[in-house]
Amino acid sequence: MSPLVLVRGLRYQYDDGTLALNGVNFRLEAGETVALLGANGSGKTTFALHLNGLLSGQGTVEVCGLPVNPKNVVEVRRKIGLVFQDSESQLFMPTVLEDVAFGPLNHGLSPKEAAQRAMAALEQVGMAAAAGKAPYHLSAGEKKRVAIAGILAVEPDILVLDEPTTFLDPPGQRALAQLLSALPQAKILITHDMQFARAMCSRAAFFRNGVIVEEGSVEQMAQRYEWDFIAPRTT
Amino acid sequence: MHHVTLDQWSRGASVLHRRDPRVKIAAVLMFLVVLATAHRELAWLGAALFTVLCVAARQARLPLRGALARAGVVLPFTAVFAGVSWLAGDPARGAVLVMKSYLSALAVLLLVSTTPLPALLRGFEMTGAPRFLLMVAQFLYRYLFVISEEAQHMRKAALARGATVGGLAGNAARFRAAAGALAVLFARSYGRAEEIHRAMLARSFPGYFRPLIELHLHGGDVIFLVLGVVTPVALRVLIERAA
Repeated sequence: MSPLVLVRGLRYQYDDGTLALNGVNFRLEAGETVALLGANGSGKTTFALHLNGLLSGQGTVEVCGLPVNPKNVVEVRRKIGLVFQDSESQLFMPTVLEDVAFGPLNHGLSPKEAAQRAMAALEQVGMAAAAGKAPYHLSAGEKKRVAIAGILAVEPDILVLDEPTTFLDPPGQRALAQLLSALPQAKILITHDMQFARAMCSRAAFFRNGVIVEEGSVEQMAQRYEWDFIAPRTT
Repeated sequence: MHHVTLDQWSRGASVLHRRDPRVKIAAVLMFLVVLATAHRELAWLGAALFTVLCVAARQARLPLRGALARAGVVLPFTAVFAGVSWLAGDPARGAVLVMKSYLSALAVLLLVSTTPLPALLRGFEMTGAPRFLLMVAQFLYRYLFVISEEAQHMRKAALARGATVGGLAGNAARFRAAAGALAVLFARSYGRAEEIHRAMLARSFPGYFRPLIELHLHGGDVIFLVLGVVTPVALRVLIERAA
């Protein structure tokens, strides 16, 4: 069976000369949840933006067997949903329902079908009651749920979440973990939250200076790269 | 924030709220044309149109005092021009300017307070307003609150670091700090705009919004349209003939 995501030799340099990705190789199989770990600026988010065709570098990126290129980009964006770190930027429509229906409408569904699809996605994340609300009335956790609903509404095969626990309090993080565990899609989680990564991910890839230097379990990565924080006791 | 209050008002269930946005837009446009082009018996006409707007606000179950106060937001601007007219020896012209601008603002406020923004934008789109302009209005409405919140956070951060020095030197320092904060706010807004654009593209944005709301004209809308268009015209004709 071919992988859901296959990346080979991906390189990308920003306009200011920063080499963000320097030969990334990666694969994601169906049903997997993989954590992308590494320092700020190591290339994780730049890598994720390539999966959705928002950036285009050298090398090959395939999603569900489709090469990510201008010809396939609409279909690719239906298959892979990107949840951004700051939900405030992702929820740009005047109401929750309109925001969640934004993707289905762009993929050619009629307004009636798009509204039905949006309501089903909102029910899936437990936010159906907020359909008529404006996004600025929601809490950070609710905004994250609605942002995920906006992605689920196009029925993707893969979810990519960039720092999903940012801005969430512990109950919000717990609720998010429960929600994500219940979703059948393969997932890529970019995170610094090792507890969350341990709870959610079967595998981890560690980024350093624009390459994946090692893959393994979350625990192995945490030990090998001392990628965990336990506050020292001061009393 | 004004727009949060208006957003709450716009989600009412009165007869006026239920009308198709297109007929409300047409009625307000007619109201504005009648008011802007009137030049005789303005005191009587102003009183009559003001009464019509108050009745409409009551019908929409809006808090009348709140609505009247919010429409006054235009007065500081028009008062400047009215003052110039008064100083130039034409106080009547100044009074007319204040009256017309206030009534216009009240009419627009009624439209916005009885129509949820998505429906209002859809109504404008279907009546031929430029899509780009509507998109800008939509983003402004969505992110005004976010930007205002960021500005408040920056102000608190400045206050927390002792930005309360008074006197002339203090004012100069405050002005410099405010200018710097404005630049930071602009840079952050620019960065956010890029993030939003990316989020839109990630969900296959084709360059224009596909509408979720479908509008349909009903019998009640047609009756409202006739009433809304005829009433200001009839009032003006009757008042000018009676004079």
